[in-house]
Amino acid sequence: MRVTFPHMGNLYIPLKAMLQYLGVDVVVPPLSSKKTLTLGVKHGPEFACMPLKLNLGNFMEARELGADTIIMAGGCGPCRFGYYAQIENAILKDIAYEMQLIVLEPPEKHISELLVKIKRIAGQRSWWQVIQAIRFGYKKARAVDEVEMAAFQARPRELVAGATDAAYHEALALIDGASSLSELEFARENAGQIMAGVARDHNRPVLKIGVIGEIYTLLEPFSNQGLERHLGLLGALVDRSIYLSEWINDHLFLGLIKGLRSSKEACAAAAPYLRHFVGGHGQETVGSAVNYARAGYDGLIQVFPFTCMPEIVARSVLPDVGADYSIPLLTLIMDEHSGEAGMVTRLEAFMDLLAQRKESREACR
Amino acid sequence: MRVGIPRALLYYYYYPMWKVFFEELGAEAVISSQSTKGILAQGLKHAVDEVCLPVKLSFGHVLDLAGKVDYIFLPRIVSVEHRKYICPKFLGLPDMIRRLEGLPPLLDVEVDMYRKNWDLYQAIKETGSFFTNSRLKIWMAYHRSVQALHRYCRLLQLGLMPAEALAVLENKVKNEPLPYPADLNVAVIGHPYNIYDPYISMDLIRRLRAMGANVFTAEHIPEKILKSNASRLPKKLFWTLGQRMIGAAFHYLERPDVSGVVHVAAFACGPDSMTGELIERHARARRVPYLNLTLDEHTGEAGVVTRLEAFLDMVRWKKAGAVGI
Ligand code: SF4
Ligand code: SF4
Repeated sequence: MRVTFPHMGNLYIPLKAMLQYLGVDVVVPPLSSKKTLTLGVKHGPEFACMPLKLNLGNFMEARELGADTIIMAGGCGPCRFGYYAQIENAILKDIAYEMQLIVLEPPEKHISELLVKIKRIAGQRSWWQVIQAIRFGYKKARAVDEVEMAAFQARPRELVAGATDAAYHEALALIDGASSLSELEFARENAGQIMAGVARDHNRPVLKIGVIGEIYTLLEPFSNQGLERHLGLLGALVDRSIYLSEWINDHLFLGLIKGLRSSKEACAAAAPYLRHFVGGHGQETVGSAVNYARAGYDGLIQVFPFTCMPEIVARSVLPDVGADYSIPLLTLIMDEHSGEAGMVTRLEAFMDLLAQRKESREACR
Repeated sequence: MRVGIPRALLYYYYYPMWKVFFEELGAEAVISSQSTKGILAQGLKHAVDEVCLPVKLSFGHVLDLAGKVDYIFLPRIVSVEHRKYICPKFLGLPDMIRRLEGLPPLLDVEVDMYRKNWDLYQAIKETGSFFTNSRLKIWMAYHRSVQALHRYCRLLQLGLMPAEALAVLENKVKNEPLPYPADLNVAVIGHPYNIYDPYISMDLIRRLRAMGANVFTAEHIPEKILKSNASRLPKKLFWTLGQRMIGAAFHYLERPDVSGVVHVAAFACGPDSMTGELIERHARARRVPYLNLTLDEHTGEAGVVTRLEAFLDMVRWKKAGAVGI
């Protein structure tokens, strides 16, 4: 059994770590690229949301590298994600790329449901080892998030162009390379130092931008044309409404780990605007917008794939948040035709607007 | 009191029930006008670009009622059966609509039968209490409204289209000349609010009939058969309407008396992109003529007519045993 899984940003680092810890033979698909997308667009349904197309491309590329089994998450609606695996499987079968499919449906009541499924993949391993593997994966996810947050801090203030990107990749590689808990602890510290070592100009003015929206387009830089990186380079201090470890905690561990930002808080803040969950992260998007606005952010950017249903609902009510808190909002919709240059132009214009607003406000004081 | 009901979305399933319920409680049920270019234009103006055509149209219908009624009935229909949803956009509809200016208050009770122990009657009572304090009256109204719904569903299962069934229920059957004699049967599969709205569907059903085709839809099939057909999927669908469409498509694709399937999707509809894919793969595997029509605000009528004609020609050639098809 050679196992592969779809990409979603840095997810491959903790997922690979967990599976390898259990002795599973893992094939990480090549990072998502134009080629991946082209494959997915060619074989996927025209109006499917983009993550489905990229998943499909990931699987085809992994299969070429010898993968024969897919692990992916499931869901029970109302948005499309819960049926991705079955559609992708039907498509792969029709084009003679058939692979075995293992779907991790989200636990409904208790985390033990997840343990049972992972144990099934792990075969001979003991429960203790399964739990250790999950812990190891989760710790990696946390470490990866720390590096990412550090990069968000450093990028707008870096003195040497490209220094943050270089440090980011170096730090991630260290974490990716750690193969035991003690190695990981060491790698984490080193990674922290590498990120702290990016020389910066602390007096440079920055604009604070909250990035909200659909989880896949938030976490996968290929799908958002490197949105956060571009924002950083344009002088924005970025925060994102959800990080990998928060997603894992909310959806796979059912919020078991305390002290992280949780989707519950975000949903509570959405109330006057969106009073019901709408699938995906639609309600979280609205709630995070409120939270960022209250925290004094300068601007908000919502990003989601073309035709994404929960985010379209959020998009319909977000203008009210913008008006009530007087915070500018930019919507970016990603599909296979989106171009990086076009997006950067829009980001530049948005940043100009925010800078002017900030200036005139400060002048009024 | 006048209660407005938008002629959109689940109107096509539940209107007879809602109407009887409100009338039994002494209110007048007012439906919005038939869909027109003007109504759609209102929807396009007030909804964000990205939402699907049927939801835009529902905005237009809600606005059409503004100023004419005391309340607008716009329930938040999360789920109408165990472990199934309608669509994320239905979950957020009252929130998207509430922001529009100049609307009367919304009756936006929540209907959520996703979990087994959820109490539908609670929602009924909540709605009824806007009109009366009498529990008995609400109970009677509910009871009669359910009977009306059953009558409606029976009429649909006899092969009537919603508008025809409504005409029967309201004793308004017109003496219309019969359409051309039909020489073949086709199934039309799509969301009810797409295929039954003559404006949005470009009068698809009437056109097919005029071209000599009998039209079958999901509503003509008993629920049980729809479900058993849909259960052939590897994983149960979690969309009520999607499941009905898949069930109907699988059923008709196997019926020897049905010569072709027309699938109607709304542009950028999430569930349609998935169920449409499954239906198309199935149709191809069974070599049944299949036509996909995607509706959006720019769909041209002429184009649709040409495609329908070409499709029916193909179906007829195939039926006549022409080789190579
Ligand atoms: S959240 Fe949006 S992009 Fe993700 S699966 Fe659902 S509809 Fe598609
Ligand atoms: S099911 Fe499709 S057409 Fe209906 S509301 Fe949802 S996205 Fe729109």
